[in-house]
Amino acid sequence: MSLLEIENLRLGIGAVEILNDVSLAVTAGEILGVIGESGSGKSMTALSVMQLLPRGAGCSGRITLNGHDVLAMREAEMCGLRGQEVGMVFQEPMTALNPLQTIGDQVAETILIHEDASRAEAMERAHEVLRRVDLPPGRVAPSRYPHELSGGQRQRVCIAMAIALRPRLLIADEPTTALDVTTQAEVLRLLKRLVAEDGMGLLLISHDLGVVADMADKIAIMQHGRVVETGRFSDLRDPYSLALMEASDHKPDRAGHAGETPVLSVREVVRDYPTPRQGWLGKPGLFRAVDHISFDIQRGENLGLVGESGCGKSTLARAILGLEEVQAGAITLDGQPVFDGHQANRAVRRRMQVVFQDPYGSFNPRWTVGRSVAEPFHLLDDPPKGAAREAAVVEALENVGLSGKDRQKYIHEFSGGQRQRIALARALIIRPDLIILDEAVSALDVQVRARMLDLLADLSDRLSLTYLFISHDLSVVRNVTDRVLVMQGGKIVEEGETEAVFVAPRHPYTRQLIEAAPRLPKTA
Amino acid sequence: MKASLWIGALISALVTGAALLSFLWVPHDIEALDIANKIKPPSGAHLLGTDHFGRDILSMLMVGARTSIAVAIVAVVIGMGFGVPLGLAAAARQGGWMDEVIMRGNDLIFAFPSLLIAIMITAVFGAGAVNAIIAIGIFNIPVFARLSRGAALSLWTRDYVLAARVAGKGRLRISAEHILPNLANLLIVQGTIQFSLGILAEAALSYVGLGAQPPVPSWGRMLADSQTMISFAPHMALFPGLAILLTVLGLNLMGDGLRDWLDPRLARDAR
Repeated sequence: MSLLEIENLRLGIGAVEILNDVSLAVTAGEILGVIGESGSGKSMTALSVMQLLPRGAGCSGRITLNGHDVLAMREAEMCGLRGQEVGMVFQEPMTALNPLQTIGDQVAETILIHEDASRAEAMERAHEVLRRVDLPPGRVAPSRYPHELSGGQRQRVCIAMAIALRPRLLIADEPTTALDVTTQAEVLRLLKRLVAEDGMGLLLISHDLGVVADMADKIAIMQHGRVVETGRFSDLRDPYSLALMEASDHKPDRAGHAGETPVLSVREVVRDYPTPRQGWLGKPGLFRAVDHISFDIQRGENLGLVGESGCGKSTLARAILGLEEVQAGAITLDGQPVFDGHQANRAVRRRMQVVFQDPYGSFNPRWTVGRSVAEPFHLLDDPPKGAAREAAVVEALENVGLSGKDRQKYIHEFSGGQRQRIALARALIIRPDLIILDEAVSALDVQVRARMLDLLADLSDRLSLTYLFISHDLSVVRNVTDRVLVMQGGKIVEEGETEAVFVAPRHPYTRQLIEAAPRLPKTA
Repeated sequence: MKASLWIGALISALVTGAALLSFLWVPHDIEALDIANKIKPPSGAHLLGTDHFGRDILSMLMVGARTSIAVAIVAVVIGMGFGVPLGLAAAARQGGWMDEVIMRGNDLIFAFPSLLIAIMITAVFGAGAVNAIIAIGIFNIPVFARLSRGAALSLWTRDYVLAARVAGKGRLRISAEHILPNLANLLIVQGTIQFSLGILAEAALSYVGLGAQPPVPSWGRMLADSQTMISFAPHMALFPGLAILLTVLGLNLMGDGLRDWLDPRLARDAR
């Protein structure tokens, strides 16, 4: 008898069909990984179990949870079930927590809602639960507020809330997607331990096959609202599953012709930020985000820059782009300084462009795509006008595999992957030498990401581009870069040929990063 | 979504049309006193009745619309014209001395009760519609400045602003090209709210005798004149009151509809 059994679940919102004939089962003590690209219906399946569906959704089929027929239950009965028998952990721990409540209170609240406990008892038990998720009250006071914790600690609080009442089933929807690799590894270990201790069932939803492959007893692959196949990782045979596996470890073909002349050279760069002053008369402190960094990028080279959030890699990118002035050191492109006195040097800036991570925030929603793509022309002294400008926009869009007609559309008409292509078109339009890719593929689905990587490789060969590839995703960096820099706390701790660094990391931090990175087990 | 735009536009057009028509033709001359026919309820000769001097209320409303609308429009234009650039400038230099000077100046104006400013201005320059406009307009400036600064600050953190900076654009240009268009929907909504508040403020100022001076009619003065006779001539208060209500309602509906219509994300089906 399974703990959770979903049989022939169908779900529609209005006339749109979201789920079609989904059947899944989780037994106690088992981890079921649900994998799919965005829009495949994996989150909706989880929300159906909780009956937390958006308005207008109707579902049919059968969901049995620990003997309860979920679809037949009234809302009041469901309230008793949520938290008590099923707990849920969401992707973004900052928004899942109430910023105005201490973490102890939030965990205690779950207990108070469901059980007839006094405030003091609930608090006592909350401390116990926090200890179980490795947040012992002695080290991390339960009187802290969410903003005083790190991302990983916040996610632990969310997990504490979900397991406070020792539910039979835990649903975790992309629980580690917003976290750094080393934190991700810790949170996954914690989840695995809790499952073993409590004999819980765990429904682990992720877009990342690598995350789930290590952990899950069984894996269900979803696509277009259907379950493609279910089974152990080594038993997956469906073409779609295999395509996903290939895509998540995709290595694009690239001729690669790293020259000997450095395009960009960074020498002893320091970037300090003032921190808030202590009291009215106190002096503002200094935070050193980038600490004496030096490196070169050769023409035609793909250089990787790896590090966890807050290590200063984005600050470094902004300094290279001339958006922020550095406190010491020199950044030069072909020998010309990026900053000329206190002014950014336009002659240098027009030879660099950037693609950002978030495909949804990178475009002004009120501009047509054509206007956005043409924006970098502002850097030229004599930008093309009229027909020549249009032709350049069309060419840039066609270079990234889109149609020239797309320039009249607005950005909301495109998918995430298409938006990143448009961002790349915007970067290409003034034919720069160097493109900084700041987590440019991190927000994309694996197959979309694989195609984007192919496109980048193709463009770098055709247009002899140089990339600075900033990412926290080690497998992507390994597959596309020639050389890699590992950054920690504002310093470069290791540097070398990508393959050599990955095979034989010298610095302990590099070793830690590589070990933590989720990897697909090699199937023969 | 589209219905509110059309209904709002229709009402607003009706009011504006009546105001414009009054330049060419009104049912009765509003300066001719007809004491024999004073305080008549609505009838065939006087569709909305007459006031205590025997003037036709419909004609008074039509002419009064000019004052009310002109005062409110100009006051919103003053408020937006000064407030939005100030707010954008403050946001572009967040934390700098310019930000501080602009925002503290706004606090100063905000701290004064609007009626007090109006009384101050009229005390110095004399009562009249023009001075009422200036008083209401000045009070609108900090409203728009604060709104646009707050919204602009969150827009400045967007990646597309960063992309524009990578494209070498300066703060002024980014404010005009990226920030302002994305503030449009907020400004339209706040503009219609301030417009309706302007009509109410003009009515209030006229009510205490600081707005339009007789014989120029205004909706607020008509309300003020009617108050002692409300028990036996309710129509004298009812119609100017309804005129204010209808105009404000129409403008708010239009503002809402306009906001949706101008947004490319929502306009997919409308175009």
